Amino acid sequence: MLAVDGISVYHGDAQALDEVSLTVDEGAIVAIVGANGAGKTSLIRTIAGMHRPASGRITFQGNEIAGLPSHQVCNLGIGQVAEGRQIFPSLSVSENLDMGAMLPRARGARERNRQRVLAMFPKLAERLAQAAGTLSGGEQQMLAIGRCLMGEPRLVMFDEPSLGLAPTIVHDVLKTIRDLNAEGITCVLVEQNVAVSLKIASRAYVLENGRITLSGTGAELLADARVRQAYLGI
Amino acid sequence: MAITLNVIVQGVLTGLVYGLMALGLSVIFGVMRVVNFAHGEFTVIAMYAAFILFEMLGLQPLIVLLPIAAAFFVVGYLLQRSLISPFVGRAEHEQFILLVGLATVIVNGLLLVFGPDARPINLPYSFDSYAIGSLFIDKVRVYAALGAFAVAAALFLFFRYTRTGTAIRACADNLTGAAVVGLDVKQLYAVTFGLGLACVGAAGTLMATIADASPSLAQAYTLLAFTIVIIGGLGSMVGALVGGVLIGVSEALAGFYIQPSMKSMFSFALLIIVLVLRPQGLLGRRL
Repeated sequence: MLAVDGISVYHGDAQALDEVSLTVDEGAIVAIVGANGAGKTSLIRTIAGMHRPASGRITFQGNEIAGLPSHQVCNLGIGQVAEGRQIFPSLSVSENLDMGAMLPRARGARERNRQRVLAMFPKLAERLAQAAGTLSGGEQQMLAIGRCLMGEPRLVMFDEPSLGLAPTIVHDVLKTIRDLNAEGITCVLVEQNVAVSLKIASRAYVLENGRITLSGTGAELLADARVRQAYLGI
Repeated sequence: MAITLNVIVQGVLTGLVYGLMALGLSVIFGVMRVVNFAHGEFTVIAMYAAFILFEMLGLQPLIVLLPIAAAFFVVGYLLQRSLISPFVGRAEHEQFILLVGLATVIVNGLLLVFGPDARPINLPYSFDSYAIGSLFIDKVRVYAALGAFAVAAALFLFFRYTRTGTAIRACADNLTGAAVVGLDVKQLYAVTFGLGLACVGAAGTLMATIADASPSLAQAYTLLAFTIVIIGGLGSMVGALVGGVLIGVSEALAGFYIQPSMKSMFSFALLIIVLVLRPQGLLGRRL
C-alpha cells in the first residue's frame, strides 16, 4: 500500500534520514522503533508531505507522493496522529473535529464520521463545546485520533500516541489502534513503548541515526537479542 | 461640557473607521505573523478609488463600499499568493523590507498619478449633521462608523461561524496541527491577506468621506494602524476596534483643545503608556 524507497532528508545541514526504505502492506500494523532523535518523526512527516525528501521515492497505492504538499497527501487517505497531539487548543472540541473533515475526500461524510467518532469516544461527546486546550492529556489524544478519523483515512500514522499518558490510558489508546486496524485501517505505529508496539505489529523496523538497521515481523524483533538489549533492557 | 461630549462622540465615530483599518492589520499579523507595513498605503489607494468612482461615475462611497472591499480582497489574495507567500516564516527584517518597498512603490505611484494635492469627496450631505439635544453629529461620520461597524461585525461572524474562518483560526492556533490535518495553509493565508485588505478597502472608502485623499496620509495611516493594534492587543479583533476608538477620541480631543497638528503626539503618548503598563495591549492575551 505504502512503499518508501531510499529516502534521504535533511534539516538544514543535518541529515535526519539516510536512504530509508520500508513497505506497509494493506491491513497491516507496522511498528517503527528507535531511540529519541533516530528520525522517526522526520520519517512520518516526510511521508505526510511536511518535509521534502532530498532523494528517494514514496508511493502510495501506486502513486508517487514524495514532494506533494501535505494537504494533497492527506486527501489521498494518509492520516496522521502527530507527536504531541497537535490539536487546536483555543478551538472547541467540535471545531477540532470539523477541521479533520476539511479534506475534499471527507467533506461529504462529515456527519456520519462525526457520529462514528463520538460513538467511539463518548467523552468527547460530553465536551463538544469546550476549548480543546482544557481537555486532559488522554482526552486530547482521543481528540487527535478522532480528528484524524474525520478525514476518512485508509492509512493512519501514529507518532508516539502514548507519550505522557497514564498507563491505563495507554492501554485504551493501543486498544483503539487495534480496533481501527480490525476495521480495515492500515496503521503505522511509532512508539517509545517498544515491547507493546512489537507485540501488536505484524511488521517492524528499527531506526537508528536515520537508518533502518533491522526489520522483521514483530515477533522476530521481539526475540532479537540486539533489540532486547537496546530497547527492552533485557 | 456639551462641546467636549460632542468632540468625544465625533472621535468615537472616526475611531471606528480607524479600528476597521487596524483590524485588517491585526488579522494578517495574528494569523501569519507578517506585519503589513504597506497598510496605510492600501488605505489611501481605497480612498482614491472611492474618489475616482464618485468624480467620474457619481457613485457614492457607501454604494461602492462592498465592491471596493471585494476588489481589495482579490488584490490581497493574489498578492499573498505571488509576492508575500515566500516571505512567510522568514526573518522579520526581510518581510519588513519587502513591505516597506511595496509601500514606497505605492506612495510614489499615487504621487505620479494624482499629484500631492488633497482630493475631497463633496457629498450632498457632507456638511449635514444630526442634532440630538445639544449634540451635533456629522452625518458622514455616523454613516462611516455604521459602515465600519457592519464590516467588522461581518468579519467577526465569518471567523466565528464559517468553516473557512475556523480553519484560519486553526492555522493561527497551531500551524503544525493545520498541516497534520491537511488544511491547505497557503490557500488559507491568501484568504486571510485578502480579508485583511478587504478591511482596508472598506476602511479607506469610508475614510474618504471624512478626510481628503492625499498620498501624504499613507505613512501616517500605517503608523496609526500600528499604534491602534498595539494599544488594543496584537491579534485581538475586538482590541483593534477598541484601540481605534481610543485613538479616535484622543485625536479629536487633542485636535480640538490643543492643535490639530498635535494629534499624533497624544496617540503616541497613549501608545507609550500602554506599552509600559500593559505590553500585551488592552485586550491582548500574550506576547
